[in-house]
Amino acid sequence: MSQLHYALYTGCTAKQSTPELLSSTLAVADKLGIKLTILEEASCCGASHLQDFDEFLAHVLNARNICYAEKLGLTMVTICNTCQLNSAMTKEALDSDPVLKARVNEKLAEVGLEYKGSSEIKHFLYAMIDDYGLDAISAKVTIPLSKFNIAPFYGCHNIRPSELHKGENPYVPTSLDNLIEALEGNSVDYESKNKCCGFHVELQANHTSELLAGNAMIDAIDNNADMVVTPCPLCHLKMDTYQDDISSATGRDVEIPVLHMPQMVALALGCSEKEIGLNFHVSKATQIME
Amino acid sequence: MQSKKVTLKVFRFNADTDYLPYYKTYEMDVGNHEVMLDLLNRVKWEHDGSFSYRRSCRHGICGACGIKVNGKSILACKENAYDMTELFGDELIIDPQSKKRAMKDLIIDKSDFWDKHEAVKPYVEAKIDEHPEHENQISQAEVEGLLDADYCIQCGVCHYACPVVEVNDEFFGPAAFVSAYRFTADSRDEASTERLEATAQMGQGVWDCVKCFECQEACPKDINPIEKITKLHNMQFEQKVAVPNVATRHAEGFVRSMKKHGFLDEADIVVYSEGYLGMYKHLNTARKMIKAGKVHWDDALPWVDNVPKSKNLDEIQKLIEISQTNKL
Repeated sequence: MSQLHYALYTGCTAKQSTPELLSSTLAVADKLGIKLTILEEASCCGASHLQDFDEFLAHVLNARNICYAEKLGLTMVTICNTCQLNSAMTKEALDSDPVLKARVNEKLAEVGLEYKGSSEIKHFLYAMIDDYGLDAISAKVTIPLSKFNIAPFYGCHNIRPSELHKGENPYVPTSLDNLIEALEGNSVDYESKNKCCGFHVELQANHTSELLAGNAMIDAIDNNADMVVTPCPLCHLKMDTYQDDISSATGRDVEIPVLHMPQMVALALGCSEKEIGLNFHVSKATQIME
Repeated sequence: MQSKKVTLKVFRFNADTDYLPYYKTYEMDVGNHEVMLDLLNRVKWEHDGSFSYRRSCRHGICGACGIKVNGKSILACKENAYDMTELFGDELIIDPQSKKRAMKDLIIDKSDFWDKHEAVKPYVEAKIDEHPEHENQISQAEVEGLLDADYCIQCGVCHYACPVVEVNDEFFGPAAFVSAYRFTADSRDEASTERLEATAQMGQGVWDCVKCFECQEACPKDINPIEKITKLHNMQFEQKVAVPNVATRHAEGFVRSMKKHGFLDEADIVVYSEGYLGMYKHLNTARKMIKAGKVHWDDALPWVDNVPKSKNLDEIQKLIEISQTNKL
């Protein structure tokens, strides 16, 4: 297999409040021999909020990010579900609407760029599974996760809308379960794995947000999960940082380590404690390393 | 024609006589031509005549037969039963659209849906000339601008798939937002400001949407409710209905951050959205995040800048300057 090479779109969170996401992603890529070129020119994707304020501007800025992956001739990989969705939505909108594409390119021309539509956009989870392969990942496991019951939490923006996420059924998603099994962990089957964590209304409707995250986490806990794992740093922030508030809102003790998907892989591939970065979690998770 | 053995576990409940709901199991050979509604009919006609559910047209028009199958919100007359077994296996769990609103088996009290539908004025409000001399013409472009919102059949499939509806009784829900958009986007309508104001209210309006896309996935008419929710957000700004509050400032604050850094300033967006006085709600979270090293104690100070910068930031600034269409 020739070396896989991607343009990495980090998003904002991995550069700020979840540094452990970036370090574990780079560590996993290194162990697997995947080359990642960070798109240093990229901006925020708008996180579905800029889209509410100014949809056209959001398309222009996301198209600019994609331009830089196109210049490198590489597939753009994301490590945040919401970055993935917003980038993919812009790509879909521009590729299917020549008028919009022309309007966006008129703006991009002012800074010497042109959106062509030549780069694919995929989340690192699917780059690993589809391009590298689960068997190949399995072969690299040095610390099997067999003692852990791991609850996969898919995160909305990697599975819905399904037209932008071909290959995964939003009602019966399997990718993360399969990855857990490939690392020899026990994937926990529970109803809430494809539900919403409520992150996006944390500021204006925190009670809704707490209940949605809490209901999913309680479901994981009640099905004997030792940890929750998610490919989305926004789900991670919600479920890791707000466990006190979630406990008060739901009336249950909601205490469970929440891992980023690459942290889990890094754990099984024997990456260093520093690279995995469990110390950056608000809810105690360092015991997993013991 | 193919057929296979399928087990149905069906939600049974009579609010007048039962303390708790229960599931009853029915086994049947299911043909690959049958829709879920055929299976419900067979439970009633071949097993238990007291089994109750709503049905009428059988053609995806009347919107009566919304149910849930293994948690998936569907219109029973549109969904092929074989497809369901391919998705979920040969045991199908049949539930009402909302268990907490169940009255008799799969029949629910849908009054919350209709009340919310009514609240967005789902009709054209206009002063009509009672003696018109010519027809009121609507252009092709204006009709296309409705984005198929006029195809909604009020089946409630998206409404009861929405996780916010489940936990927030005030929330209008995706179907009401589709109606709000449909009539606000109608060129004859004169109640658009009123409708946009209602859907801008915190608690009931579009700002409480969690952006989970369950509604888009569920809609049996492919109407894409969340697209209309985004349109309503945009229209609130375009038509100057949006007032500065935590949610609107949060949306607009992304531009502020991206102008300065290219990336989002995670600390600033919270302070900017809430205002310094509103920050008391976040002190506990901030303390925990500082302790874990996720944020730094000085991140929120206006004269401190710890935010990473995008390379070629000048391009981002220029693009914002020439592409921004809305203001708060």
